[in-house]
Amino acid sequence: MSRLHVETTVNGEAAEFLCEAQENLLTALRDRLGLTGSKEGCGTGDCGACSVLLDGRLVPSCLVLAAEARDRQVTTIEGVAEGGKLHVLQQKFLEHAALQCGICTPGFIVAAKALLDRNPDPSEEEVRYWLAGNLCRCTGYDKIIRAVLDSAAELRKEIA
Amino acid sequence: MQTARYEAPSTLSDAVRLAASEPMAKFFAGGTDLLVQVKGGVLDPTLYIDLKRIPGLVGIALNAEGLRLGAATPAAVICEHAEVKKLWPGFVEAAHLIGSTQIQGRGSVGGNLCNSSPAADSVCGLIVNQAVCVIAGAKGERNVPVEQFCTGPGKNVLQPGELLAALKLPRPAPRTADAYLRLIPRTEMDIAVVGAGVSLTLDASGTCTVARVAIGAVAPTALRVPAAEAALLGSKVDEAALARAAQAASDAAKPIDDKRGSAAYRKKVVGVLVRRASAIAAERARTR
Repeated sequence: MSRLHVETTVNGEAAEFLCEAQENLLTALRDRLGLTGSKEGCGTGDCGACSVLLDGRLVPSCLVLAAEARDRQVTTIEGVAEGGKLHVLQQKFLEHAALQCGICTPGFIVAAKALLDRNPDPSEEEVRYWLAGNLCRCTGYDKIIRAVLDSAAELRKEIA
Repeated sequence: MQTARYEAPSTLSDAVRLAASEPMAKFFAGGTDLLVQVKGGVLDPTLYIDLKRIPGLVGIALNAEGLRLGAATPAAVICEHAEVKKLWPGFVEAAHLIGSTQIQGRGSVGGNLCNSSPAADSVCGLIVNQAVCVIAGAKGERNVPVEQFCTGPGKNVLQPGELLAALKLPRPAPRTADAYLRLIPRTEMDIAVVGAGVSLTLDASGTCTVARVAIGAVAPTALRVPAAEAALLGSKVDEAALARAAQAASDAAKPIDDKRGSAAYRKKVVGVLVRRASAIAAERARTR
């Protein structure tokens, strides 16, 4: 069976790839397009390491078929920094040492950005609930939550 | 895993025709159950029929009669809809309990229903709100109340080649409100040990004139509990009525022992949740 030709937009740029029908978007991003920032933790939608935005909606890319990306907008961790300048969230994760092994980090940052884009002033509880589907097995979550809350405060300052 | 095809038809009739052409075809919405089952080796479809490019399968239409919810609409879209949240707070709370933010970005209430788990969070809320399934097939459309949709764990009334196109909820009467509660041993990201949905209508004096109670994860399918409804009907939803409703729910439950909880524990807790959800629904109904 011939592979599917998918034309899509990834991080604002036109992209195309060939994939198998049952191939997930995470595999296409990593192995077809070389965007290895999104990680596979569980492959079953439990861990959040593969989080991306599909038409602006936070989704687990392991549970999206690559073929679905046709004519859609995909945003990955590679699209978060602007040029060589880290996004505030990335900078705050560094400052707060909100990571150890780093496997969960891209998913946390993509998910946290999706939250802050719709709610610039979330409570700690809202951040914890929003990120409940992102699992970290190293640091515990406190530093991550603090980094996100500090990012939110910083971003509000930038807007003000 | 065998070689598969992927199709994203733009009409319901094309989707139905595709399914008829391929015995191992699977309709595909959010994929949060289907793709996990494929990965686990439980299913191996030869054709994925993506429903999300069919107009009406994704989206919310609200009019004077009520809500028409595209079956493949992600839970997150429902949870963000202010008017739907106001009219059916319990149903929306249930949708908001299904998995993580990411899962809610994909998983749909239609899929939650078609997966037909007795523990599915959205099903009790659909039942107590008198939701009706719009099912499309080769012979056209048919309507089935959600209450009659699931026939056992993982089983439902869909015939081969049929698909769930939409869910219809009638607009609630004045002073009507719903509530849904579930018990899990953690605060997030788990499957219900017990769930309870309640919808109550009160008259101007606060007397209950309509009651609907459904319980989840305590039987092979979500169950209506007529005895609990009878206990609330005609009452002011006071402590005595709540206690009778709780007892009726515990009596009606037919749970199993499993890793999530013992049958005895579930029987006890389902009464507690029915009591609490009824009190919440009544409080909401009073303020409408």
